[in-house]
Amino acid sequence: MSEFVAESQTPSPLEGYVGEILSALGDAVFAVEQCDERRGFARIDPARTVEVARKMFVMDGARFVTATGLDVRDGIDVLYHWAFEPAGVVVTLKALAAGPDITLDSIANDVPAANWIEREMHDLLGVNFPNHPDMRRLILDDSWPEGVYPLRKDFDQIKDRPPLPAIPPAPEEDLI
Amino acid sequence: MSHKSMISIGPFHPLQEEAEFFQLYLDGERVVDVDVRISYTHRGIEKLDESKTFDQVPFVVERVCGICSASHPLAYIQAVEEIAHVKVPERALYLRTIVNELARIHSHLLWVGLAGHFLGYNTVFMWAWKYREPTMEALEIATGSRVNYANCKIGGVRRDITDEHLKMIDRLVTGTRGDIEMLTGAVIDDPVLHARLKGVGVLSKADAYAYGACGPTGRGSGMPIDVRRDDPYAAYDRLDWNMFVEETGDVFAKAKIRLLEVLESIKIIKQAVHDIPGGEIDAKVENIPAGEAIGHVEAPRGETFHYVRSDGSNYPVRHKIRAPSYNNVPTFKASCIGADISDVAITLASVDPCYSCTERMCTAVDAESGKEMFDFAQLVKLSQEKTERIRKQI
Repeated sequence: MSEFVAESQTPSPLEGYVGEILSALGDAVFAVEQCDERRGFARIDPARTVEVARKMFVMDGARFVTATGLDVRDGIDVLYHWAFEPAGVVVTLKALAAGPDITLDSIANDVPAANWIEREMHDLLGVNFPNHPDMRRLILDDSWPEGVYPLRKDFDQIKDRPPLPAIPPAPEEDLI
Repeated sequence: MSHKSMISIGPFHPLQEEAEFFQLYLDGERVVDVDVRISYTHRGIEKLDESKTFDQVPFVVERVCGICSASHPLAYIQAVEEIAHVKVPERALYLRTIVNELARIHSHLLWVGLAGHFLGYNTVFMWAWKYREPTMEALEIATGSRVNYANCKIGGVRRDITDEHLKMIDRLVTGTRGDIEMLTGAVIDDPVLHARLKGVGVLSKADAYAYGACGPTGRGSGMPIDVRRDDPYAAYDRLDWNMFVEETGDVFAKAKIRLLEVLESIKIIKQAVHDIPGGEIDAKVENIPAGEAIGHVEAPRGETFHYVRSDGSNYPVRHKIRAPSYNNVPTFKASCIGADISDVAITLASVDPCYSCTERMCTAVDAESGKEMFDFAQLVKLSQEKTERIRKQI
């Protein structure tokens, strides 16, 4: 398992366009990790993802790009990437889905663009999103075993690969 | 709703180049719901990248998609360059611009050809693919390969283009401009295509924002977004070019935008070839420090988005790839519902869905059984018949 990198502890001042966006989120923002001209990284309260997503969704020029699931020591970090045009700004909001439940509220009811990526993170990393409108498998096949998450750091591509679904044996007379 | 029937398209069919599974729920001839299942050919590239060094990853990610093989490595490389604070030489930025714009021309022309085929315009198909050929030659001259260019590297580009080759590229794109202008005029002024495509597969601006559409799909629905303009990379902020936005959101708008963008790409390449400065093509990068960054690039189909995290070792801790089709394909839910069954083929095609990049693991086929089954070939036939009917009426 790879070590989780400690982020720099010096807080960035809330300046410019990115600063305005992050200040509009109020006290849902725990810590600002980076705030410069075009990029913002901030950690948000994992219990308030829906509230934050609703606020971001109605902001001028906001567009939900995607989310990244990241296997870290304390659980799964979910990074919501939001782009703002025409400013060319990308703001990344991090919410930690802490173990052992690894659960975050689903934002897909408010942000339709998050529908697929939440299903993908559920499949590959085992993040639970209660209230998701359609939590079927997106990436994994139906024959893939429950509780095996291939994108987690402790999953070994060779050792942990589940067996392929059984193929019915060929009739005896065909075998030479 | 007792007469509701279901049409399954895919997942594997000889006419579709790759696997994707659509289910259309119909009431009579009207589509009432759409369900998309993806990931029949997911290859696990994100997991694979965690076991590759930073320098090896560009060659893996350019195999995410054969058509966007210029934009995926560039998005990744820009993220890594941001982590390592690399200053890329000017000449390398221009070289990246030239290759990416050539890739845009060939991707858009490929789409125009396929769209023509879906509508029963096989002449458009032949023309578009013929005019695409000089671009492929130019790409071969610029990078040594028609697909998978292996052009970019962290810090610059791998291969310089000589002055003589730059002149050849200029000649090739100039040579096709007249043909593409003719093709654009023929498509935009054709009364049958107006009748066939206007008001078909409309994606409203609100829906486009809700689903996070990007590229020509978003611009066709009135979203004024283009990474090249909004968050300039390579040499785009040093060149003069225009972004096209249409408000109508129908298939015609998307086709028009793609054709106009081809001409604009030719303009960009001609300027880049003329203005390209001399000098180094590659900055020396010692090591990649710990950190995280995002990189995004306007691929032909829309914004390609990469997130990279480094812990100071030789391997990325995490590399997230978001291809444009991942956001564009779900817009079918908004654009297909309420549509006529004969308009579905072209509506599905209008976002230029790229199957390979949306899917990154290997699974078996999920076969639906005991259901009424049409296939994509029959849908294309329905679409072509409708064009024929309109042509006779006009």
